[in-house]
Amino acid sequence: MADAAIQHNAVEHGLTGEYEAPLFGAYSKKVGMWLFLASDSLTFGALLFAFSYNRIYTTPWPTPFHVASITNATIMTACLLSSSLTMVMGVFAAQRGDRTWTRYWLLATMAFGTAFIVLHGMEWTKLIGEGLTIPGFPRPATAATGELADVSKNVPQFPATFFGLTAMHMLHVTIGVIYLGVVAFRKWFLPVLAVLWIGGYFLIPSDNIFHYGIHALGLALVVSAVILFLKPKDYDAHDVEVSGLYWHFVDLVWMFIFPLVYLMSTKIN
Amino acid sequence: MHDAAVHDDSKGQYFWVWGALLVLTAIEVVLGYRQVFEPIRMLQVLLILSVIKSALIIGYFMHLKFEKSLMRWMLVLSVTACFVIMYFFFFPDAGRVLPPPNGVGLQ
Repeated sequence: MADAAIQHNAVEHGLTGEYEAPLFGAYSKKVGMWLFLASDSLTFGALLFAFSYNRIYTTPWPTPFHVASITNATIMTACLLSSSLTMVMGVFAAQRGDRTWTRYWLLATMAFGTAFIVLHGMEWTKLIGEGLTIPGFPRPATAATGELADVSKNVPQFPATFFGLTAMHMLHVTIGVIYLGVVAFRKWFLPVLAVLWIGGYFLIPSDNIFHYGIHALGLALVVSAVILFLKPKDYDAHDVEVSGLYWHFVDLVWMFIFPLVYLMSTKIN
Repeated sequence: MHDAAVHDDSKGQYFWVWGALLVLTAIEVVLGYRQVFEPIRMLQVLLILSVIKSALIIGYFMHLKFEKSLMRWMLVLSVTACFVIMYFFFFPDAGRVLPPPNGVGLQ
């Protein structure tokens, strides 16, 4: 009787079935991630336009990147590109239900991402040590007399846009590694995050910016714990695919940062 | 798995895309470090290479190539339109404050 009433109402309102076919032919999590990435691309777009704007109207523009920096940035690029390939393999493993290989591929992706962050951190530390700083950054003793101290004084828009843009990207990579860690290892990833946070805080010297930046891991630990304990679930192939979309986006953004920021500011000896 | 993800998933093509991305990166590094072009031309060339690389990443790694055409067009057109608007906001002004002497803005 109740079924008949529901069916009657459905006919009356012109409904043809229980669910309407999705407009984009994709599940809602995926569409949601695409929309987030579209909005995030505008954030990075604004930062890249700001950098380019400063690049165009500032003469002379500093060119602080020696061959060592370019080599470092090229290796970082190769790490991100390779991480995208391992991520694709992880999505395939998840789609065929192979949980072991899904974890291995996600772990490989996280390793490449972590290598990127470490190399980028070393690059930042080197530049700050040479005097490229912005107000509020802790400065090592060498910064005042370094090769780039004049750049920070005379062209402050260079360190401001450089650190603003690359810090935003580094934050996204860090969030990406943590996201993949949560998807691959769930609650088992939380102690790893805690050890990295506390260990990093004590191991990184206090005159290094990352002594303070490492607290981003503490914040991520709290957020991850809230998500994992309030909504415990076994992440499936859809979740792996959606996390992969985010990861590829991080790679994509770097494809613009690398030439615009590094290659357009190379120092030719 | 949803229908849109059902396509030719031969893994070889992803290795080719990865290789192409590495080669394009190497070309960018050579062009940038050897200063093959003058700066404005260099910026244009590097941006074109970056757009090609991003199209490969979006199309293959992010699988947008295999999604429904409605989703493809909606995402690509909306984001592109926003960037075009940003361009018209930013760059005429950047040109206005250029020091005019030799007509070259980039160093």
